[in-house]
Amino acid sequence: MLHLLAQTPALPLDEAGKYVAAAYGVFVTILVVYVAIIGARFARVERELNELADMAEEHDELGQREPEHVA
Amino acid sequence: MIRTAAILFRKDLLVEVRTLQSLTAMVLFSVMAFVLFHFGLDRDTISGSLAAGVLWVTLLLATVLAVTRLFVAEREQGGFETLLLAPIDRTAVFVGKAASLFTFLVAVEIVALPAFDILLLQGTILDGMPQLLAVVLLADVGLAAVGALVAALGAETDARELVVPLLLMPLLVPVVIAAAKASAPLLSEPAASAHLGRWLLMLTFYDLAFVLVSLGVFDYLLED
Amino acid sequence: MVFGNGLRALALVTAAALALAMGLIFFYAPLEADQGFVQKIFYLHVPLAIVALCGWVAGGIFGIQLLRTGDRKWDYRSYVAIHMSLIYGVAVLLTGSIWAKASWGHWWVWGEPTLVSFLIVFLLYCTYQPMRFSIADPEKQGRYAAVFAITAGAFVPLNFMAVRLATPLVHPRVFTRVAGDLPGSMRLTWLVSLVAIALLFVTLCKLELTSKSAKDNLRRLRRRLEARDEAAAERAFVGAN
Repeated sequence: MLHLLAQTPALPLDEAGKYVAAAYGVFVTILVVYVAIIGARFARVERELNELADMAEEHDELGQREPEHVA
Repeated sequence: MIRTAAILFRKDLLVEVRTLQSLTAMVLFSVMAFVLFHFGLDRDTISGSLAAGVLWVTLLLATVLAVTRLFVAEREQGGFETLLLAPIDRTAVFVGKAASLFTFLVAVEIVALPAFDILLLQGTILDGMPQLLAVVLLADVGLAAVGALVAALGAETDARELVVPLLLMPLLVPVVIAAAKASAPLLSEPAASAHLGRWLLMLTFYDLAFVLVSLGVFDYLLED
Repeated sequence: MVFGNGLRALALVTAAALALAMGLIFFYAPLEADQGFVQKIFYLHVPLAIVALCGWVAGGIFGIQLLRTGDRKWDYRSYVAIHMSLIYGVAVLLTGSIWAKASWGHWWVWGEPTLVSFLIVFLLYCTYQPMRFSIADPEKQGRYAAVFAITAGAFVPLNFMAVRLATPLVHPRVFTRVAGDLPGSMRLTWLVSLVAIALLFVTLCKLELTSKSAKDNLRRLRRRLEARDEAAAERAFVGAN
């Protein structure tokens, strides 16, 4: 590959900059998208946990009311 | 273990001889593929690396056909439960199935290689002969070992027809590389044998590696 | 099964490492004679590839552990390592393609054996998730996935050797340059970048493992609460009659 490299002249800085920016941009984009997806997952976990906490508290209230029925 | 494997192997062979399903499909597929290549490449004869490529890609795809059907008899007639209830080593199943697949491949090649010779070479296949046979047999071992492993991996899924080819093809790339590189000079005119040793070595190494891996992991498949 | 311990510290170290790497890449490493500024992509692309491959092999090792111990945490680790390497793999192929286009004018070059064998391995691992999720029973799924991970992990080095042998040795390849003729400042930059990318991999894996186990624990909790609710409702029904 070195002899290929010797034949192709280095790109001028402004053009080369675009490719380098594109490559690093791909990396950052993938990273951010991934973090966003994990963030969405955590948001869902929070919502469900909230629901379950409500469910557990309701259940406790019901449990407190039961002795009245039995008596 | 060897005896169990032998019994399973004989059973598979008997089933195949009686029904001839997989073998016919593989042979017909290979010959049809050669015909298609004639039209697709618009050539009467091919040689060298082109011939090697056509031959090995065709054999690879025929292997995919066989692998998809490797456990079909067990699945359809409830043979799986019998197999799993019997107190046998899973590795015996692997050896038996791999041996069957190897035999199928050799049987198909007995027909396909002459067909290839007649249709696409100019009857020159005998020039490369004993070396080409070594390449084919070594490659078959690799195809059989990996094929049996992937067949077991796909045996319990419903998406079998998709999973098996997609799994097989990347795993068999080294076999195609080595076999094609080895066959290319053997299929040229005049038949030479450049670097044959290197490719045979690679095939042997690959075969060894995957037989060992399969023997190691097969116990954990088909377990219930 | 808790995975989140130490996640914050790890993430901070990773962020520092990445910042250091970026600084070195753009402000310290000298411009390369042949490729010029485009060569900077190398500090990103090669570490991504190395870490992705190690991640896949690690997935296989975790698979062995799962089969040996039966502890489900190894299944989680194996799955996440393979999955993360797949994402890294996408980045490798994209950055490799951009680098190829900038350096040689083509979006793909067959003459670079490491890129070619990476593509093959990537295609293989693309089948991991479809294969895995087509098996319904979770215990069986874990086992079969482990077998896949082990087989594919063994395949990675084999494939690299095979493709390297197959590529004509006319062109000396970039990796030989990496190993041999990198001047000191470039080698330091490359090493720091490698460490930063590897740390990022481990951090993201930890993050995903934490989120997965949180979801699973949530499901356990929900099931338990719903069962208790049902039992209470039955008792109330019986009591009323």
